[in-house]
Amino acid sequence: MQTYYPLFTAIPLAAAFLNLLLSKISMKVSDYIAFLVTGILAVMAVRMLFEAPFIYAVGNWRPPLGILLVSDGLSSLMLVIINVIGLLAVIFSMKYMTTYTAKPKYYSLFMLMIAGMNGVVITGDMFNLYVFLEIASIASYALVGFGTGKRELEASFKYLVLGGVASTAILFGIAFLYSITGTLNMPDLAQQLETIGMTRTVGFVVALFIMGFGLKASAVPFHAWLPDAHPSAPAPISAMLSGVLIKALGIYTIMRIMFNIIGQNELISAIIMFLGALSMVVGVLLAVGQSDFKRMLAYHSISQMGYVTIGVGLGLNPKIDPAVAALGLFGGLFHLVNHAVFKSCLFLCSGAFEYRTGTREKHEMGGLVRKMPVTSTTCSIASLSISGVPPFNGFWSKLIIILALIKAGYWIYGPIAVLVAFITLISFIRLQTGVMFGKLPEKFSGVKEAPFAMTLPLILLAILCLGIGIAYPWIDYGLLQAARDALLDKMAYMNYLIGG
Amino acid sequence: MILYFLSMVLLVMGLYCLVAKKNIVKKIIGIVIIEYSVNLFLVLVGYRSGGIAPILVKGMQAEELVQKGVDPLPQALVLTSIVIGLGTMALMVALCLRMYEKFKTFDMSKINTLKG
Amino acid sequence: MDRLEQEIRDTSKGMTPIVKTITRFAIGIIVIFGAYIILYGHLTPGGGFAGGVILASSYVLLTLAFGKDMALSKMGNTAASILDNSGALAFVVIGLLGFTGGYFFYNFLPKGEQFQLFSAGFIPLLNIAIGVKVTASLFAIFMALSIFGRFIYQAAEGEERESEE
Repeated sequence: MQTYYPLFTAIPLAAAFLNLLLSKISMKVSDYIAFLVTGILAVMAVRMLFEAPFIYAVGNWRPPLGILLVSDGLSSLMLVIINVIGLLAVIFSMKYMTTYTAKPKYYSLFMLMIAGMNGVVITGDMFNLYVFLEIASIASYALVGFGTGKRELEASFKYLVLGGVASTAILFGIAFLYSITGTLNMPDLAQQLETIGMTRTVGFVVALFIMGFGLKASAVPFHAWLPDAHPSAPAPISAMLSGVLIKALGIYTIMRIMFNIIGQNELISAIIMFLGALSMVVGVLLAVGQSDFKRMLAYHSISQMGYVTIGVGLGLNPKIDPAVAALGLFGGLFHLVNHAVFKSCLFLCSGAFEYRTGTREKHEMGGLVRKMPVTSTTCSIASLSISGVPPFNGFWSKLIIILALIKAGYWIYGPIAVLVAFITLISFIRLQTGVMFGKLPEKFSGVKEAPFAMTLPLILLAILCLGIGIAYPWIDYGLLQAARDALLDKMAYMNYLIGG
Repeated sequence: MILYFLSMVLLVMGLYCLVAKKNIVKKIIGIVIIEYSVNLFLVLVGYRSGGIAPILVKGMQAEELVQKGVDPLPQALVLTSIVIGLGTMALMVALCLRMYEKFKTFDMSKINTLKG
Repeated sequence: MDRLEQEIRDTSKGMTPIVKTITRFAIGIIVIFGAYIILYGHLTPGGGFAGGVILASSYVLLTLAFGKDMALSKMGNTAASILDNSGALAFVVIGLLGFTGGYFFYNFLPKGEQFQLFSAGFIPLLNIAIGVKVTASLFAIFMALSIFGRFIYQAAEGEERESEE
């Protein structure tokens, strides 16, 4: 596997262009290409879990000269999330996207997005990270506006303007880092910054990065684009954006840079934890009043990402007990995985409902559990999961984060997290009663269950929700622990420079 | 130092253009100005007064290039960032045309189908 | 009088005969310069992107002077799309061929002698791939925006006229 590590970006990139070429001959071939490519990538990603950490020098240029690819616990974890959710989204798209035109272009943009996200996750070079981030972002701007209706176009333009500003902030940060260290290699940067220390320039760089990557992760002061962009996209893309993109481009990069390059710092930890708490509260309060199914889910994405952010922020604090910090970080990573699973399930469910009923308004639906039993059941499981009801997976990760917050002595943030979980539960109970139970409207009496290609990903994701939750006390979470240790061990990351 | 400051001034001008103007085309121009301010800053990072172009020509010793040449890496980065900026700009202009088709206006304050 | 002469004398399409005649002379030089920038990208400043932009600008000049039919007869939309995708695909494939040397993007061709045209391994090949891609995609973007834009303007103006009436 080590030799073929760059294929994670090369395969989807090549497939994106090959797909457009072959679609000139036959329109049907793009379905198979997309399925084949994401299938291969998912299998490769799962196999990566059994690899020890290693580095890969592109073109045999030894670091710090050439581009370095790094594989450790965290990148393996992110690769699995990206590619498995990507595969399920492609299976869902096969039927769902027949309502749109230009399917080959959709799959090509999808492949470009996957290539960009995989690239962000595997790279060990600062500028390379920026380039892949832009590939994924530009593909996602185009995908948000894919329907070319009024709402889609406006959402896409808003997303593009804010995303463009964020990219500029990130590039400014990279330029400042280069001007003070003279290198772009991430392990090398970590070494150089170790000797430079926290000067004012480094502080400014951190501020730029928190703004730029925070906007990509839609932490609250920078969240304005997400509630518009995510509902406007086609359902599988909403699932990819909410489930994967904001994590790979936002949270992953923040974690990688703050832990492995800048190093643990009390002030950064306080800022990130504050952003996380703000996201949790504001997101959930705005979500309660929404009548649009997908818009409500988008606000919940902001709120749930707040949990991840606060866990990550707790792990960044060097002043508290290291065991508690590690626990908080573990909870954050666990919630990241869980959120990817249940939020993509919920968005795909909303797509299945929309496919059959043609509406996204909650008050127009009702009683659909009798007509669409599979979709409704999976939607209920994911809803209970996101609300943190035991024994579903969301419960355990929220419990770990809250426990870590209380243990670390954050007596304000801990109860806030409990309260937010409670409001989330209320919000999702209202969703359940509005959509699945109650009286079936006259016009939906002919509604059928969604086709198999759409229910299969839902069932798999629901099984994951339930399986991770029930088996939690017995499973050895070596995967998450490897990711956590990769983040907390800055020395190991710096040693990648000399080929460790 | 004054040059770095000027690139920051350019950045602020672009941000002003982006925030204050209502016309979509002017907003696009604002984003492009911001991108160029970053590019200018990146080139300035690699600048060295009295430097030569970082290209080895026939009859030049490698040591001479190392001593006199400006840093080539930021220039490569700027080229990449210009290409990315081109892609973003093409997408923005296409979206802008599509929006004009749907809304019959370039005024952003009249385009408000989304709740906010 | 050959076909090109007729095109030049035809005042219904494009600009005046003066512009068309000068374009006719300038366009060959522009294309040669673009090709030079691409092919010598590994020796002098320039490379695939810069040369591709110059080549694409020659098509833009052709469109401005002679109208869109002339430019589309040189490179149609389908041809532009195919060239665009195959250029990008060629770039990735050359990168993948580096696996014959054991690494992604490994320079597997012989390096040759310094300052010669055939040197630097696969870098000229990459430059050509990028050049093709940039030429085709910039031309496609220009055509899409200009044709599509004009179409939209006409539609919008027509509607306004209707509403006025």
